[in-house]
Amino acid sequence: MLNPHLYQIAEVDALELYELTIHEAHRLLRQRSISSVELTQAVLQRIAAHDGRVRAYLRLIPEAALQSAEQADWRRAQGEDHPLLGIPLAIKDVLCTRGVETTCGSRILKGFVPPYDATVVARLRQAGSVLLGKTNTDEFAMGSSTENSGYFVTHNPWDLQRVPGGSSGGSAAAVAADECLGALGTDTGGSVRQPAAFCGVAGLKPTYGRVSRYGLVAFASSLDQVGPLGKDVADCALLLSAVAGYDARDSTSANLPVPDYPVGLRPDVRGMKLGVPKEYFVEGMQAEVEQAVRTALEVWAGLGAEIVEVSMPHTEYALPVYYLLAPAEASANLARYDGVRYGFSHPEARDIWDAYRQTRQVGFGPEVKRRIMLGTYALSAGYYDAYYLKAQKVRTLIKQDFDRAYEHCDALIAPTTPTTAFRIGEKAGDPLQMYLTDILTLSLNLAGVCGISIPCGFVGGLPIGVQVLGNAYEEATILRVAYAYEQATDWHLRNPPLAL
Amino acid sequence: MKLSREQVLHIAELAKLGISEEETELFAEQLSAILDYAEMLNRLDTEAIPPTAQAIHRRNVTRPDEVCPSLTPDEVLANAPQRQDGYFKVKPILE
Repeated sequence: MLNPHLYQIAEVDALELYELTIHEAHRLLRQRSISSVELTQAVLQRIAAHDGRVRAYLRLIPEAALQSAEQADWRRAQGEDHPLLGIPLAIKDVLCTRGVETTCGSRILKGFVPPYDATVVARLRQAGSVLLGKTNTDEFAMGSSTENSGYFVTHNPWDLQRVPGGSSGGSAAAVAADECLGALGTDTGGSVRQPAAFCGVAGLKPTYGRVSRYGLVAFASSLDQVGPLGKDVADCALLLSAVAGYDARDSTSANLPVPDYPVGLRPDVRGMKLGVPKEYFVEGMQAEVEQAVRTALEVWAGLGAEIVEVSMPHTEYALPVYYLLAPAEASANLARYDGVRYGFSHPEARDIWDAYRQTRQVGFGPEVKRRIMLGTYALSAGYYDAYYLKAQKVRTLIKQDFDRAYEHCDALIAPTTPTTAFRIGEKAGDPLQMYLTDILTLSLNLAGVCGISIPCGFVGGLPIGVQVLGNAYEEATILRVAYAYEQATDWHLRNPPLAL
Repeated sequence: MKLSREQVLHIAELAKLGISEEETELFAEQLSAILDYAEMLNRLDTEAIPPTAQAIHRRNVTRPDEVCPSLTPDEVLANAPQRQDGYFKVKPILE
């Protein structure tokens, strides 16, 4: 199904092909004005020209991409017309890709070639999209800046001295730099929304269970979700529609019908009630960020939404709850890296115990070790009740804050991050300072509900993000609220000043 | 509260994670700071609050016990650092 509204967009002929959004490219592909091979070549050339400095990609697969593009053109010639058919996309390196090395940004998985596709990857391939390569990430998605990658640091296309955010920093930077038309990331505590905000793109974290986690390398299983990053809201809707839905291979995926998200997009918020949680305007927040979000609220009010202040009193506890629960789950999940079945194995170990210790000592980076240690401690005998169980109970209170807010609000509006993108190295030495950058995104994952970050302004040449948060399975609602704002503003049309 | 050297080494051993002398010192300091921060949770009375393990509740999920296609042994072993006779090969467990 097509949403006619999406295809009435201004002239795109003057653009370079790599600048196209997915829905614009789809229109041109349908008209046979361009081919997927031409589009893919343009994006590959763009990558060749700029990725040496942005460093969004850990791994490129140009030959396979061009083959997929040829096949997509053939399928289109046979009469197929999926919105993602022939569209070049990037995949975060924590998602398994059959036959393509998948490292999770970790040295311990160097050389690991998955024998199967993650369900989301399989669905993108089935739709006929063109996979360009795997994007950089903080090791095992643990981080807020992509500086914790075991390979190299990704740079923010808006200012190469700054971080792109994380952990889906490679995917966000690739979208912002026009090095793909759209991308998949993952969001455990803000890892799609925070880099989307830092890079000035749209990024959506679906409800827990909306998208299959099969083939997503596990970090914190009760929090992880796969989410799309796009140049605009409509592209996020298209990508979400392609990957969402029940998967028998993920017992936590929801067996519920998936709405047609692109068709549901209407720039109309009249009569909707949007809550503004006062606790999200935290002490120490950059003044321009707060100002941009307040101005965005006026835009929604001008479009006919009713803006009401709400209170979510347990918001400040989300950070300690998250940094006990996520490491606890991670310490269990990462026990599988034992040097036996895949990845790095220390060659000089004497016996199996020594092999475990040495393989993990050399294979994991500092942040992953820190979280394994923290999680193991929180779960250990004598401390379980004081830390892990306590955190699970406060998680209930955080969830109840959301339940209460959604009793009378259709969606909530809040800043995505307290500041714009920080400098590379600025917070690398102090884990707690780094964790505090996630303070506005963590609660959503703890409550299991959905949210999208979209650009709402700039300060000093750096993008500012605003998030629209929705109740469980209300992705269509948040897409509509975000779309209405986007259609009334032009932040999403700005491009970073990447010079050759 | 500061974690002792012995506590840090004990946690590392539970996690089967080798750590250097330097990391022992560093983790003692950093983990203590994070745990101190987490102390704020004790401001809340949670006596009567049930824990949440997963936010979107789902009951036990079962499926019919039917044979379906799966990976071949070669595919399963393809990434193994060491293999022998169709098995994963490990270092000695007992001397």
